[in-house]
Amino acid sequence: MSKVYDVAIIGGGPAGLAAGLYASRSRMSAIIIEKAKWGGQATTTEELENYPGSIEMPTGPKLMERMKSQAEAFGTELVKDDVTGFDISAKVKVVKLASGNDISAKTVIIATGAQPMLLGAPGEMELRGKGVSYCATCDADFFTELEVVVVGGGDAAVEEAIYLTKFAEKVTIVHRRDEFRAAKSIVEKAMNNEKIDIKWNTVVEEIYGDGIVEGVKLKNVQTGEVTDFRTDGVFMFVGTKPISEFAKGVVDMDQKGYIIADEEMRTSVEGIFAAGDVRVKSLRQVITAAADGAIAAVNAEKYIEKNFEH
Amino acid sequence: MIELNKDNFDAEVLQAAGPVLVDFWGDKCEPCKALMPEVHALAEQYGDKIKMCKLNTSENRRLAIGQKVMGLPTFIVYKNGEKVKEISGAENCTPATIESLIKENI
Repeated sequence: MSKVYDVAIIGGGPAGLAAGLYASRSRMSAIIIEKAKWGGQATTTEELENYPGSIEMPTGPKLMERMKSQAEAFGTELVKDDVTGFDISAKVKVVKLASGNDISAKTVIIATGAQPMLLGAPGEMELRGKGVSYCATCDADFFTELEVVVVGGGDAAVEEAIYLTKFAEKVTIVHRRDEFRAAKSIVEKAMNNEKIDIKWNTVVEEIYGDGIVEGVKLKNVQTGEVTDFRTDGVFMFVGTKPISEFAKGVVDMDQKGYIIADEEMRTSVEGIFAAGDVRVKSLRQVITAAADGAIAAVNAEKYIEKNFEH
Repeated sequence: MIELNKDNFDAEVLQAAGPVLVDFWGDKCEPCKALMPEVHALAEQYGDKIKMCKLNTSENRRLAIGQKVMGLPTFIVYKNGEKVKEISGAENCTPATIESLIKENI
């Protein structure tokens, strides 16, 4: 039989990398499986000022690069692959991979995180990459001296709107409520930014353009009035959805697909833990993801001590 | 892979005989950079059947916008100077989807 790892960690964002670091430092054999980009969603934010200790050069990509090197330095193995499912019929669990190189492990930590949610407006899919964007750092360049709309009212929306003012001539935040959910310090910064305009109680009904975004139809949710608004780009920050499809029917989830875990990150299946944004929780941030990862790794170790002979 | 810019784009892409795949990427696009090793591997594998090119949009913004590309990552297949298929966005552009984009067009 091939190697049996102590911990197989699915997802290479802050939760997975912290879990790998803690597991490796406890002398457990750990492997992290990442399907796309190391660092996860955190790499798509330029300013990461709320991670303690990251005041200098607080960019998402830099912080995540350091987290990755740190886990690797302590011996965490990293592999690029796509998880397709599990076999949990035996005590040693099998994580099935697209490549066919399945991984056997005594415990599994699911740290797959979340991804941006689509708004669902007509034109959104057709104009993706043609002015409709979900990643300000990826695409801000294109909008130098142009005008953009930012949709949403949380931390991501307001922070990215501020970031976009470094490129765009004008940034209009469209928010369906009459106040932001974002942290007060960020909101103040946005309110004081001359390039930022805010449309409260407003939703985007439609995005249009001939091969490239030309404008949006905005609807005031109080009056029902629909207006035409010319813009070159639309950045969506309307929330996230969990990446948990592959674990459906294996561990318990809520209606939205977030995995239910307790304070010790234990899911409904013994030996399977969940950490980070993929879990049901109130605050989805790099710091809470990293904390979850540490807790999951420590509890994975306890589980192994109890259930496996040395 | 061929590095594209405004001087060679017409000759290498629009006037090329046979299919051409262009990887639109940028200096600040982390998903694009994460895909690069896999894209290079695909270029090794399929390079004799499809011309594999990349375009740094950070250095060639106007050229990219001229091709109606305003978001990254974006992969476009051209045939006889015409776009025949494109995929865009980090969730949609994976090694698997890029490989099928190539296979469908060779």
